[in-house]
Amino acid sequence: MEKTFASARRAKTLFWGEIMAETSAHGAAHHAPPQGFISKYILSVDHKVIGIQYTILSLVAAFVGMALSWAMRIHLAWPDVHIPLLGMLAPNGAPGGQMTPEYYLSLMTMHGTIMAFFVLTAAPFAGFGNFMLPIQVGAADMAFPRLNRASFWVTFVGFLLACATFVIPDGPPLSGWTAYAPLSAVGAVAGPGQGWGQNLWGLSVAVFCIASLLGALNFIVTVLDLRTKGMKLSRLPLSTWGWFIDAWVSLLAFAVLLPTCLLLVLDRLGGTSFFIPGGLVFNDQLQPHSGGSPLLFQHLFWFFGHPEVYIIILPAFGIVSHILPTFIRKPLVGGWKVITFSEIGVGTLSFVVWGHHMFVSGMSPYMAMVFSVPTLFITIPSVIAVLVWVFSLYGSNIRFDTPMLFSLGFISLFISGGIGGFFLAQPSTDSYLHATTFVVGHFHFTMGLSAIFATFAGFYYWFSKMFGRMMNEKLGKWHFWLSFVGVYCVFMTMHLTGFAGAVRRYSAFVDDFMIPLIPANRFISVAALLLGATQFVFLYNAIWSFFKGPKAPDNPWGATTLEWDTTSPPPFDNFGGRQMIVHHGPMEYDGEASVMQTSAEASVAGT
Amino acid sequence: MNQPELTITPSAVVITPGHEVLMEASPYGVDKKKLGMWIFIVSDACTFGAFLFAYGYMRIGTPVWGTPFGFSSIVNGMVMTAVLLSSSLTMLAAVRASQSRAKASANKWLGVTMFLGTVFAALHLREWFKLIGEGWRLFYNPTGGAPQFGATFFSVTGLHLTHVVTGVIALAIIARGYTQGRYDESHVETAGLYWHFVDLVWMFVFPLMYLMNAH
Amino acid sequence: MPGKAFAVVVVIITLATAYCVMAHVWWMPADISVHGPRIDHQIEETVLVAGLLFVAGQVVLAAFAFLYGGARDKPKQIPGGAKPLVIFAFAIVGTEILALSSIGSKAWGAVYFEAPDPSAMHIDVQAGQFAYYFRYAGPDGKFGALHPELINEGNQNFFGLDPDRDPDAKDDIITAELAIPVNKPVLLTLHSKDVGHSFDVRELRVQQDFVPGLNIPLHFTATQTGRFEIVCTQLCGLGHYNMKAYLSVLKAADFDEWLKRQAAMQ
Repeated sequence: MEKTFASARRAKTLFWGEIMAETSAHGAAHHAPPQGFISKYILSVDHKVIGIQYTILSLVAAFVGMALSWAMRIHLAWPDVHIPLLGMLAPNGAPGGQMTPEYYLSLMTMHGTIMAFFVLTAAPFAGFGNFMLPIQVGAADMAFPRLNRASFWVTFVGFLLACATFVIPDGPPLSGWTAYAPLSAVGAVAGPGQGWGQNLWGLSVAVFCIASLLGALNFIVTVLDLRTKGMKLSRLPLSTWGWFIDAWVSLLAFAVLLPTCLLLVLDRLGGTSFFIPGGLVFNDQLQPHSGGSPLLFQHLFWFFGHPEVYIIILPAFGIVSHILPTFIRKPLVGGWKVITFSEIGVGTLSFVVWGHHMFVSGMSPYMAMVFSVPTLFITIPSVIAVLVWVFSLYGSNIRFDTPMLFSLGFISLFISGGIGGFFLAQPSTDSYLHATTFVVGHFHFTMGLSAIFATFAGFYYWFSKMFGRMMNEKLGKWHFWLSFVGVYCVFMTMHLTGFAGAVRRYSAFVDDFMIPLIPANRFISVAALLLGATQFVFLYNAIWSFFKGPKAPDNPWGATTLEWDTTSPPPFDNFGGRQMIVHHGPMEYDGEASVMQTSAEASVAGT
Repeated sequence: MNQPELTITPSAVVITPGHEVLMEASPYGVDKKKLGMWIFIVSDACTFGAFLFAYGYMRIGTPVWGTPFGFSSIVNGMVMTAVLLSSSLTMLAAVRASQSRAKASANKWLGVTMFLGTVFAALHLREWFKLIGEGWRLFYNPTGGAPQFGATFFSVTGLHLTHVVTGVIALAIIARGYTQGRYDESHVETAGLYWHFVDLVWMFVFPLMYLMNAH
Repeated sequence: MPGKAFAVVVVIITLATAYCVMAHVWWMPADISVHGPRIDHQIEETVLVAGLLFVAGQVVLAAFAFLYGGARDKPKQIPGGAKPLVIFAFAIVGTEILALSSIGSKAWGAVYFEAPDPSAMHIDVQAGQFAYYFRYAGPDGKFGALHPELINEGNQNFFGLDPDRDPDAKDDIITAELAIPVNKPVLLTLHSKDVGHSFDVRELRVQQDFVPGLNIPLHFTATQTGRFEIVCTQLCGLGHYNMKAYLSVLKAADFDEWLKRQAAMQ
C-alpha cells in the first residue's frame, strides 16, 4: 500500500515536474532526456519521436487504404471473381469471397476516409512537420510537447475507430467519405453499414478533428514564438512556411468539421433533424423527422472539405519548394516571397470556393456563378507557384537524386490535376462532368498523388536525418519510375472515361453506355494493381535501409537549413547543447557552393 | 550525394543550465501559453460560428419557428448575463492581483469567479429543466412549431455550458497550482483570456437564442 | 540521363493524353437538346484553353529537365526573375478565366436562369432507392397531392397518392419510363422519396440532384427522337449502380399513343 502511494507520488512529481521545467524562459522546453522504453518510444513528448509515430501510422494507413482500393479495382474489372482473403476477413460483406455491392461502397467510403485523413493530412503535415519544424526554426521542441503527444495518441484513437468499422457485423458505412445526409443521417434504414458503422465513422472523424486542431495550434505557436536568434520570418525554410500556412487553414477548417460531425451524430442518435427533412419514406415507413436540410450538411461539410484539399497540398508545396533548391543548386525564382505569398493566397481563397462542389446540388444557380468566380481565380496563385517551380529549373544544375525525381513528378502531376480544375470550376461544364470519373481523376492527381509524391520526396530526402542511414538510391529510382508511369495510366484514363460520362461510385457497370468502357476500366485496374505492387519496393527499401542502410553523414545532400547542421539522427535536444544563431536565408546555393543558414560566412546567392 | 561532407558549424556558445537561450522575439510580444490560448479561441470561435450558422440557416428557412421564452425566461437570461459579465470583471481583478503578486487577493477573486460561473451554470440548468418540463426536447416542440428549435437551442447553449463548466474546473486547477507556487501570473492571465472568450460567446448566444425567440 | 528520360516520358504522356482528347477516343455522345450546343461549345473552349496550358506546362517542364541536368556553368536565374511569371499568371490566366466565366454564364443561364416555357409539359419525377417513377397529370391537367405516409411499394402506390379521396389524383398516370415529345419544352419537377439522388442524361446535357425536402424544377427541350438512359449519379445506397430509367423522345403522335397506353394500364 505504502509502495503504491510512493510510486504514485513519484509519478505525480515526474509529471508535474515536467510542467515546472517548461514554465521557465519564454518558450524553450528544458526537459531532461527520457529514460525507459515507454517514455522514450511510446509516451514520448519528443517531437522527433512523435513525428516518426505519425509517419508510421500514416504508412500503415496508406497500405490499408491501398489494399481497399485494390479490392475495389479487382471487383470493378472482374466482378465475378472470388477473393478468398476478402471472404475470410469479411464473411458478411463478401460471402464466399464475392464482394456485394454494399461492401464495395463500404470499402470505397473507408478508402476515402482513411486516405484523406490518416494518410494525406497526417504524413506530410504531422509526420514530417513534427520532426523537422522545431529543428528548422532552431528550437529544442514544439511549444507544447505534452499537447503534441496528446495529438498523436488522439489521432491513433481516431484511426482505431475507423478500423473498428471493419470488424463490426454490419460493416463500415457506405455513404462515401463525404457522408451526405440524409443517407448518412437517418440511420440503419438507409442501408447496410448505416447503423453503427456510420456512428463509429462520425466519432472517428470528430476525434481526428480534435487531434488536428491541437496539432495546428502547436505548429503556429512554435513558428511564432520559438524561433532561435537570427531566424527571422523571412529566413524560415520554405517547408516551415508551408506547414505554418497549412496550420492556419487546418485550424479554421477542422473547427467547422467538428460541429458538422456532432450535428450528424445528433441527428442519428439524438433524434434531431438538422439535416433530415420531413416526408422521407424507407421500406414504406415514414421517418419521424422533419424540417431539416440536406443542403445545410453540404454547406457545412464543404466549408471544411474544400480547405481540406489545400490542407493536404500546402505541406506538399512547402516540401517541394524546400527540396528543389538543394538539387537545382540555386534559389527559387522570386526568393521566399513569391512562393510563400502564393501559398497564402491559395490558403485564403480556399475558404470562399466551397460551393463548387454543389453546382448541381439544388443550391441556387446564382450561387453557382458566385462560387465559380473565386474557384477560377484560385488558379492564379496556383499557376504562380507552378511557374516558380518550373522556371527555377531554368539555368540550374539539376542533380537527379530520388527526392528530386519525386519533386519533378509532383510538378507534372500537379499541372495535370490543376488543368482538370478548369472544367470543374465552371458550372456549365461541370454539369456534364460532375460525379463522373473525371472528378475522381482530378482529385487523385491534385490532392492524392501530388501530395504523395511530395511526401515520398520528403521521405527520401529526410530519411537519413531521421534514422541515420541512407535509403537505397537504385530502389528509389525504380519506385519513382514505376509509380510515375503507373499513376498516369490509372488516373489520366479516368479523366478520359469521364468525358464519356462514366459515373463514379458505381460498384458495377450495367448501364448501356458503361459497357464499352469496361476494357478501359480493366486497364485502370491492372495498372492500379501494378502501381500498388510498386509501393512494396518503397516499403522494402525503407525497412531494409532502417536496419542495414549505409550510415548517413550529417549533410548528404549539401543542404543549408538547420536540420542539416546537426547529427543524423539529431540528439535529444536537437543541437547537442549548441546555441544556434542564424545568419542567412534558406536558399544560399550557387552551384557547388552553398552556405548554411547558421554559417558566419558571406552569402553566395543573390536571392 | 557528391557533396563533400559539411561539418556542423562550430558554435562558440554552448547552452548551459541557467544560461538564457537566445531566441527571436515573439512577434506579438506574448508568451507561448497566451498565444496558444488565442489560437485556440480563434478555432473555438469557428466551431461556435458553425453551430450558429446552422441555427441561422434553419431559422431563416423555417416558416413557423416557435418563440417559447416568456418574461420570466428573459429575466432569468438577463440575470445570467449579469452574472457572467460580473464574473469577467472578477476574473480581471484576479489577473490584476496576480500581476501585483498579491497571491491571497488573486485567489479570492478566482474563487468569486468560480462561484459566479457555477451560479450561471445553475441558472442555466434551471432554465433547461423548466423547458424540458414543458415538453421541449432536442427533437420535439410542444407548441407545434419546428422541432429544430429544441435541436439548435439545446446544442448551442449546451456547448456553451460545457465551456463554462470546463472553465470553472480549469480555474480550480489554476488556483490550486498558483497557491502551491507551480503556476504564476501568466497562467492566471491565460485562464482569464479563456474566461473572457466564454463570456463573449454568451453575448452572441443570448441575443440570438433568447431574445430572438421571446414572445 | 534521368533528366532526359523524365523529359521523354512526360512528353509521351502529354502527347498520348492530347491525342485521346483531340481524337475523342472516349467522348460525349451527340447532344439532343436545345441548350446542349452551348455547353458543348463551352467544353470545347475549355479543352482548347486548358489543353494549351497543359501541353505548354508539361513541355516546358520536360525541356528544362532535359537541358539542365548536371553541373555545367554557374546556375543563373531566368531573366526578369519572378515578375514576368506573376504578370503572366494574372494577365493571361486572368483573361482566360474572365472569358470562360462570362461565356460560360450564358451556357449555365440557358438551363437555369431562363424561365420555363409557359406551354411546357409538366412531368413529376420521383427518385427513391433504387428506381425512378414518373407522373403525368392526366386529362384534368392537375397533379394529385402527395402523401408520403401512404407510400406503399407493394401496392404500387409509389407516389403516395390518395385517388379515393383526391379527385386530382384519380387520373394521374404513373410510369417507370420517361417519355416526352420531341421539340416540345418539358418541365420536370424533381423530388426524392428518401435520400439524395440525381437525374443525369448525358445526351440532354442535363444533370440535377434530387434533394429530399425540395421540389426542384428542371426544364429542357429535346431535339432528337431516340431512347436514352437516365442514370443516378448521387450516391444513394447499395443499388446506386443499378438505378436507372429510360428516356424516350417520341414524335408527337407516338407520344400521344404511348400516353394513352400508359393511362389504360393504371
